[in-house]
Amino acid sequence: MSRPRWGLWLAGLLLAGLLVLLASALWQGRPHTLPAARLGAAFPALPRPVLGRAPGLLQTVVADGQPRLVNLWASWCGPCRQEQPLLMALAARLRAKGQGGRLVGLNYRDTPQDATAFLAELGNPFALTLVDADGRLAIELGAYGAPETYLVDAEGHIAFRHVGALTQEVIDRDLLPKLEAP
Amino acid sequence: MKRHFAWLLTLPAAALAQPASAPEPDPERLQALYRQLRCLVCQNGSLADSQAPLALDLKREIALRVAAGDSDRGIIDFLVQRYGEFISYQPPLEPATWLLWLGPLLLLLGGAAWLFHQRRHGPVEPEEPVDPP
Repeated sequence: MSRPRWGLWLAGLLLAGLLVLLASALWQGRPHTLPAARLGAAFPALPRPVLGRAPGLLQTVVADGQPRLVNLWASWCGPCRQEQPLLMALAARLRAKGQGGRLVGLNYRDTPQDATAFLAELGNPFALTLVDADGRLAIELGAYGAPETYLVDAEGHIAFRHVGALTQEVIDRDLLPKLEAP
Repeated sequence: MKRHFAWLLTLPAAALAQPASAPEPDPERLQALYRQLRCLVCQNGSLADSQAPLALDLKREIALRVAAGDSDRGIIDFLVQRYGEFISYQPPLEPATWLLWLGPLLLLLGGAAWLFHQRRHGPVEPEEPVDPP
């Protein structure tokens, strides 16, 4: 006579459940949406030199009632090259409304020569570019690499983060509504 | 054009000058810290094993903070606040990590229960006597 072996069935069921759970986690692979740990936090106040100006004059982004778009880029970064036309179009649109000052570049782990050449070749959409040669501001932002884009609201808080090259869809949907606010 | 830059705060460089090269205080303490933290741009590896640019920057940042007298806890908190728990190889106990922390205990208890069950209600057939050759 064979008694039903409930314990064995239960154990098997648990094991199968665990395997399904692990397999689904494996399938999702590496998280593409990175944890946006800094959302809502103030944009880091670490002062940086400005590209094309005296290296001794350090500057930082401070809240002055206007939203800003901070684009982290580098001349060695392929996707940055790819998103540059979109940034140029965005800059033209903002400048037409007198809001050109809202676009800020953050040049990441680069040399001034390469960065300047990059902007000369592809155009310069930024009102100015902060120089993060040692990557310390990027660490303060929790950035993984270039490009990344941050929307800083009028109060100076990080309102949105985009990792990787910008797309027109992201610009239209996530950035423009807040960036064009008066 | 000038008003575009009115929002920028200008500071003298000397006020924020940093030593060009980070002093390396206690190498063993640094290595222990590096081992607890993920090289974010590698598939799976700690800072200690990585030469990736971001990992080198993070190691220099950690060395600077150790030299400045920060505690290990303070440094890890600083990085977790910026990169999320993903950077830490010692995840905290929270709902999303219950299975991670309690899973092995559950497996152990399950195994023990099964063994106990086997001993009490194990196979009743006596073992076959082994025929001598």
